[in-house]
Amino acid sequence: MSDSASAVVLGRDVRKSFVRGRHQKAQDVVHALDGVSFELRSGQLTALVGPDGAGKTTLIRLLAGLLTADAGTLRVLDLDPAIDSQQIQDRIGYMPQKFGLYEDLTVQENLDLYADLHGVSAAERRERYPQLMQMTDLGAFTGRLAGRLSGGMKQKLGLACTLVRSPELLLLDEPTVGVDPLSRRELWEIVHRLVHAGLTVLVSTSYLDEAEHSDHVIVLHRGKVLAAAAPAEVTRLAAGRTFTLDPEDGNARRLQARLLEEPHIVDAVPDGGRVRCVLGEGVSVDALQLPRTQPVEPHFEDGFMVLLRRTAAAEAMPDIKLEHALTLQPDEQVVEVRDLVRRFGAFTAVNHVSFEVRRGEIFGLLGPNGAGKTTTFRMLCGLLPASSGVLRVAGLDVRDTGAAARQRLGYVAQKFSLYGALTVQENLEFFASAYGLSGARRRARIEWTLQQFELNEHAQLASQELPGGYKQRLAMAAALLHEPEILFLDEPTSGADPLARRAFWHRITALADQRVTVIVTTHFMQEAEYCDRIAIMDAGRVLAQGTPGEVRRLGSAGHGRLPTMEDAFVCVVEQARAGEAHSGQAA
Amino acid sequence: MSWQAQLEQPRSAWSAASHLAHWQPKLVRIWALVKKETRQMIRDPASIAMGVVLPVILILLFGFGLSLDVKDVPIAVVLEESSPEALGVVAGLQLSPYFHPQIVRSMPAAQELILERKVDGIVRIPADFARRVSAGDAEIQVILHGSDANRARIIQAYVQGAIGAWSQRQAAEGHGMAVGPVLVQNRLWFNDANDSHYFLVPGLIVLVMTLIGAFLTSMVVAREWERGTFEALFVTPVRSDEILLGKTIPYFGLGMLGLSLCVLSAQYLFDVPLRGSLWVLLSASMLYVLVGLGIGLLISSAVKNQLIASQLTMLATFMPAFMLSGFLFDLRSMPAAIRVITYLLPARYYVALLQTVFLAGDIWSVILPNAAVLAAMMGLLSLGSRVVTRKRLG
Repeated sequence: MSDSASAVVLGRDVRKSFVRGRHQKAQDVVHALDGVSFELRSGQLTALVGPDGAGKTTLIRLLAGLLTADAGTLRVLDLDPAIDSQQIQDRIGYMPQKFGLYEDLTVQENLDLYADLHGVSAAERRERYPQLMQMTDLGAFTGRLAGRLSGGMKQKLGLACTLVRSPELLLLDEPTVGVDPLSRRELWEIVHRLVHAGLTVLVSTSYLDEAEHSDHVIVLHRGKVLAAAAPAEVTRLAAGRTFTLDPEDGNARRLQARLLEEPHIVDAVPDGGRVRCVLGEGVSVDALQLPRTQPVEPHFEDGFMVLLRRTAAAEAMPDIKLEHALTLQPDEQVVEVRDLVRRFGAFTAVNHVSFEVRRGEIFGLLGPNGAGKTTTFRMLCGLLPASSGVLRVAGLDVRDTGAAARQRLGYVAQKFSLYGALTVQENLEFFASAYGLSGARRRARIEWTLQQFELNEHAQLASQELPGGYKQRLAMAAALLHEPEILFLDEPTSGADPLARRAFWHRITALADQRVTVIVTTHFMQEAEYCDRIAIMDAGRVLAQGTPGEVRRLGSAGHGRLPTMEDAFVCVVEQARAGEAHSGQAA
Repeated sequence: MSWQAQLEQPRSAWSAASHLAHWQPKLVRIWALVKKETRQMIRDPASIAMGVVLPVILILLFGFGLSLDVKDVPIAVVLEESSPEALGVVAGLQLSPYFHPQIVRSMPAAQELILERKVDGIVRIPADFARRVSAGDAEIQVILHGSDANRARIIQAYVQGAIGAWSQRQAAEGHGMAVGPVLVQNRLWFNDANDSHYFLVPGLIVLVMTLIGAFLTSMVVAREWERGTFEALFVTPVRSDEILLGKTIPYFGLGMLGLSLCVLSAQYLFDVPLRGSLWVLLSASMLYVLVGLGIGLLISSAVKNQLIASQLTMLATFMPAFMLSGFLFDLRSMPAAIRVITYLLPARYYVALLQTVFLAGDIWSVILPNAAVLAAMMGLLSLGSRVVTRKRLG
């Protein structure tokens, strides 16, 4: 199959770099693509996988003729995208990460716009539109403004707009990012159907599990291709080296944190009350004296982590040690939410939500965009008044004593909300003052955060110029300055690469062990495994609640294996929506 | 069938567009973009506010501002003799609803009052007034505080009116033969060179056209960059000149709507005459809107951020149009350095055109050179925006 005649896209030693920041210093040049060679074969589904910042978007934009490569050869449909970009753009379909739907136009108007631009005739439309509507289930919403669609529906409409006529090559840049698991599955079904019909498709994704279903994967990391092969070949790298372990004390998270620090272990993640672990090359299980191991079939992610560890030297997992230990009663209830309701006009964003969190627990709120997670968070932090319900944080009623309650909690917002033009040091100084710290105390706290979050070498860098992972660290550091006993984190790991995510959770685990209570929202289903307890939210309601293991058992996977968190999520949400439709019909 | 005919029938545009697809895909694409832009414009309250609501508000505001009569103006009357004639003039001023005269005996006292801004003007009736009235060459000196040139002009007219009324009364009472015309000598203090013209309608039109032309387009183009909508649009058969036209046509239409509102209300609400011809006014406005669109497109393509684009456009177009175009402050009274800058501003040429068309008529020696400069600017700017709006990112 290495016949390059069937290659729709061919890249040889492609390079592209950008200059970050204003000062043209050598270290500010980002090599987005650093000698990339690959090819896309006709009629195949190729997945471009890699963490954020790997160079996926840059590569796709080069193919679409939106950027020009600095060096190397690139052929798309036998044309050079640097010269014949318009000809390529006439023939391909491209869906950017932030798809450019016009939110103030309706679904139909968006479709018509793209059909007009592509010169699709009326006859072709009569044939094409019903197909697209059936494929995307948008038929009932043609008159709705695109801005009023859910995240998943927007992505489907974006896809429909790129498919108003048959492209010769379809480029999809992270089509499933921020989309709930249900819609993700639907999107993938559409993509598979297109490939089945003979279309050549390139999909980029940072969800590693999605790569498993493609014909070919290109693994990209820091601008370099780590592997270009069938997904099974990547998975095979972890064959015979993947095990699950049963923690003796029942605390999978603590075992996982300890295993990650072992130099012989490539990867360890919590997995339904057990720990899934990939051993280093040539390491035997017996030599490590691990508790109650059991060999398992590797997943794509296991193989990916093996690849990643080959390039990234094993870094020590970060630890965190509180300056002053919290001497509070463990297992005491610190957050109580009962029948919490928040309405915006006629829209109920949070609908009778109840949960409680005990001291030192990690509590996860899972759900798609728009489920009500962030609204719930804002109410907990006293940033938004509740319409009704009980809200107690650290024994204080947030509705009466918002400010007092806020002193005892730290909040990391979803978006990077620090001052981009200020340096790391200046940001910390500002937030320390904002929390009422001064003098020696302030200096000590800033010193502590710089050290604990390993920010010392970047202390004088403007925070907007920090690499992604460091920004997240800085945000967390700022939230911990006033030694809060509760930490709220809103989508802290979105946009972080797998290594950064593991480092993040390593810190969170350490904090929880020191009795800091953590409440976190995420749409990465696997990350729920790090939580002590989770609640699945959808459309403002809590649909399921319990330990990760309990919640996973609500799903149905068949074959006797434990359903994944994603299976459970899909199952729970489908049941709830079906129930709603049913009661709607009855009424 | 011409494609312009399609423009007038948006309902059937869809099927018509597909007909055209076979022979003129370029027009179909432009039309698709125009439709899209028009829909967005209509659904965006900010565009409607700027294109329709703002002109109306400005017209009412300016209209009321100017129609508000100047009443009870404090003036000092320097009475240097107490002849019946002199007292008659004072009585005339006292009876007038427009003045609130304060009698003083000497000029220095009056000057002090005006310096303290206790009065807005001085009417000086000289010591030989009665004698010169009979001689037929009487003079009254009127001195006005010129810091507010418009108010001063209005007061001046009233003083003249009051004195004129007094002369007529004199004539009617039979002193006609004895009383010659009184010469009113006007002096404007503190702004001697003041010669500016303040015209409601041209000023309004400049502001509205600048807002719609430059400000609004820079916002909508920056919005497309910001929301990433351009990225998807670029990877289609659409060409960048089509994107530019798709932006230009609807906002041009909105600009013309704003213009019509201004002109209509000027004519029917405030009876401002249009001495020149309508088509000259329209053509000049078209040129100016296109120049504004060019600036807006250029700025927004360069900065790609709504906030910065709007600020920049405000600074580069609206503020100069307000301050340096000659509509509010007379260009001839500006320092030379600033006057040089005004030559770079399209608003300057547009104001000159408007003032001529509205108040003087079709004076070709003024219209042609100003229009030529605007046309040249338009050409340069559209070339410029063509260059910066390439279908490339980064």
